[in-house]
Amino acid sequence: MFTTLSDRLQETFKGLRGKGKLSEADIDTTAREIRLALLEADVALPVVKEFIGAVKERARGEEVSQALNPAQQIIKIVNEELVKILGGETRRLRFAKNPPTVIMLAGLQGAGKTTLAAKLALWLKDQGKSPMLVAADLQRPNAVNQLQVNGERAGVTVFAPEPGNGIGDPVAVSRQAIEEAKRTLHDVVIVDTAGRLGIDEELMRQASDIRDAVNPDEVLFVVDAMIGQDAVNTAQAFLDGVGYDGVVLTKLDGDARGGAALSIAQMTGKPVMFASAGEKLTDFDLFHPDRMASRILDMGDLLTLIEQAERTFDAEKAMKAAEKLSGKGGEFTLEDFLEQMQQVRKMGSLTKMLGMLPGAGQIRDQLENFDEREIDRIQAIIQSMTPFERQNPKAIDGSRRARIAKGAGRSVNDVNQLIERFFEARKMMESMARGGNPMMPGMPGVGKRSKSRQAPKAKKGKGARRSGNPAKAAAVQAARDEQQATAPGAAFGLGDQGVPDDFDPSQFPDLSKYLK
Amino acid sequence: MTATEIIVLVVAIAAIILVVGSIALVAGRKRVGPPTTPSVDSGAPDAALTPSPDQPLIVESSAPGASTTTLERPESIASRLVRLRQRLSGQGALGRGLLLLLSRDPLDEDTWEAVEDSLITADIGVGPTGELVEKLRERLRVEGGGADQAKAILAEELLALVDPGMDRSLNLVGPDGLPGVVMVVGVNGAGKTTSVGKLARVMVAEDKNVVLGAADTFRAAATEQLKTWGERVGVDVVAGPEGSDPASVAFDSVKEGLDRGADVVVVDTAGRLQNKQGLMDELGKVKRVIEKQAPLSEVLLVLDATTGQNGLIQARVFSEVVDVTGIVLTKLDGTAKGGIVVAVQRELGVPVKLVGLGEGPDDLAPFDPKTFVDAILSA
Repeated sequence: MFTTLSDRLQETFKGLRGKGKLSEADIDTTAREIRLALLEADVALPVVKEFIGAVKERARGEEVSQALNPAQQIIKIVNEELVKILGGETRRLRFAKNPPTVIMLAGLQGAGKTTLAAKLALWLKDQGKSPMLVAADLQRPNAVNQLQVNGERAGVTVFAPEPGNGIGDPVAVSRQAIEEAKRTLHDVVIVDTAGRLGIDEELMRQASDIRDAVNPDEVLFVVDAMIGQDAVNTAQAFLDGVGYDGVVLTKLDGDARGGAALSIAQMTGKPVMFASAGEKLTDFDLFHPDRMASRILDMGDLLTLIEQAERTFDAEKAMKAAEKLSGKGGEFTLEDFLEQMQQVRKMGSLTKMLGMLPGAGQIRDQLENFDEREIDRIQAIIQSMTPFERQNPKAIDGSRRARIAKGAGRSVNDVNQLIERFFEARKMMESMARGGNPMMPGMPGVGKRSKSRQAPKAKKGKGARRSGNPAKAAAVQAARDEQQATAPGAAFGLGDQGVPDDFDPSQFPDLSKYLK
Repeated sequence: MTATEIIVLVVAIAAIILVVGSIALVAGRKRVGPPTTPSVDSGAPDAALTPSPDQPLIVESSAPGASTTTLERPESIASRLVRLRQRLSGQGALGRGLLLLLSRDPLDEDTWEAVEDSLITADIGVGPTGELVEKLRERLRVEGGGADQAKAILAEELLALVDPGMDRSLNLVGPDGLPGVVMVVGVNGAGKTTSVGKLARVMVAEDKNVVLGAADTFRAAATEQLKTWGERVGVDVVAGPEGSDPASVAFDSVKEGLDRGADVVVVDTAGRLQNKQGLMDELGKVKRVIEKQAPLSEVLLVLDATTGQNGLIQARVFSEVVDVTGIVLTKLDGTAKGGIVVAVQRELGVPVKLVGLGEGPDDLAPFDPKTFVDAILSA
């Protein structure tokens, strides 16, 4: 049921490849598949219809009929359209000329406002602001308490003059809060309001009263990424009732595809500004439209993965490993492997990382059974080897294996398996690294191919220039193009490479076979 | 296999990513997000199973004599049902829309598509919608007839999808005189604690002796939230310190229930997203530990009515981990139709047992499929 859109389209276009031209019927079939995929991702129906219209229009145009692979071209169009809607107006928070800047949070019950308030406060604090949290949720039992605890964790002042649990007037509290912030020189005030339903007139009036009382610079609508078709109703109700300037998507660390983001952005024209993904207060970031687009289409989240890798990986070591893989700096040894593994470890849960890979939705079941501690066991095996053995894995013979197994407390079979897999993996990595270009080729022809291939290469030559320049934007765009172009079937784009068939991480059906 | 294989694979992939990353994106991209400062979160996840002396368990006991006068008396079941019907009929846009469509003559393709659309808009899901529409088409073809028949058939088919034959009563009696143990699970923000609070009130209304267990030791002030609910109706809440092992709190709650011969023990758990294996394992442990003393009589999954297709995955994963026996559909008083219930029942056979209808303390009612469908269709 949850096959990816790319797989579906690929199926649709089977037998069609090579013809090079799409008939009207083909486009209709394609449109149906896209419609299904979007509906399963919880994109609201009216938005789906509009969206399909736009895609159909473009699919009839030249760019598709001239492409060698219509399926990929259409996916590219879908992705572009998604990014266009999601990212049309991405912008930063507006800060008031005369502090305090007032940010008000509103949303349904259980959307995650109170947690988000603390996350936002911590985020602002890290940017050198001095935020103050205001407990204006006096409805839910102990919401005030929760905000206080969270505020304490974030190291942020919490203004909570009323005990909550139905006692106190949130409008008055909010009004006092502004005075308090001025007096205590806080430059940002975050007002956490009670959850309310869009159809609850009384509470909506209260929310607009709060808004009028504090005159916020930003009203943020907090919405759960899991929300279904009701997203449009709710978003509209809040827009009419309170009005808001931006949207925050929460619980993105779940496996909901988050079509609501698209629905809300399209229906209301308000940008999604932040994304909150995780239980920790630091799990909060700006919203990235391109990643959300990939997620809605279940194309994985390579960019986040790369970014995460960059954050944790030692750049120098990384370059060294990269050189080794491309055959310049000697062989990739078990020593390097161990180092890599420890770096990977630092990045967090392996399952989470695998989950970010394109198409991983299909192997989620297998991933669930994965024991993270296995990594320790493998580490134990490698550490039971002598430095000589680590440098020369080929020299590990039977008796050495027996010794290593004893030393690591594992069976010889485990050692065998590790060494065997290591060789296979090395072969794969090398063939990819030597593939001729850094992003790895193999994506079937797309019109812009040569251009997107060039960009990252050129970038390499320029070394470690900082972001913010157009070249970087181009590189990111190129990477994105690459990702889109290679997405169907070949996540890393090694479809046509001479890689052993059973060891191709991009062919996820293969991978799932491999993972059993 | 194969853990070895996974690890080798991941490391290999990571190495590739790193090559890609270092080349394409240039090392040291400026981060716009917050720096990864160590978490200020102090929650220590794994304390000892049995409570250690320095982590005393608090049993908040409200003195029965003093509190009887101030305790609230929860509303009776019958009057709740009336309210449920009213609330649902007030916003039966789905049913109204459908009937309007079906009374169009003749039923052309556009109409059928519109029927399909309104079902999808209710979050019923693409699969069940297709089936329902197919059945409707066929029956209308065979039986003929106009709008009134269409209405009856629609009601019938909708009802069949909701399946009235299922047992929706709560099993609150344990074997051999043991108390009934209810565990409440769900994703973050679904409304677990609120539902537990409301559920306790229902049981108090039925003159049951209830003990609540606040095994949500993770979220800030979750324990206090439950205590507030408990205090309102004079039900004792067993709690541990924040960040302690939820399984230990659950164990002590059941023990407390056994010791004082309570009729029912309700254990509230922390919200967790179903794709977090570690947290799901923790939930499995809570269940196992509870069952050391008394078997669970009910495991209730709390689903937010606004949830879309992800609700099905939630139900599936939670069922695998803790054998969900019933569903509580919350926030049904909003504009959301809660159509995901249909998909969940259809795939997992787990019945919806209760519905949450608002923030009021007595806004919890038994789920009645007939009422549900009738209310949706009454325009």
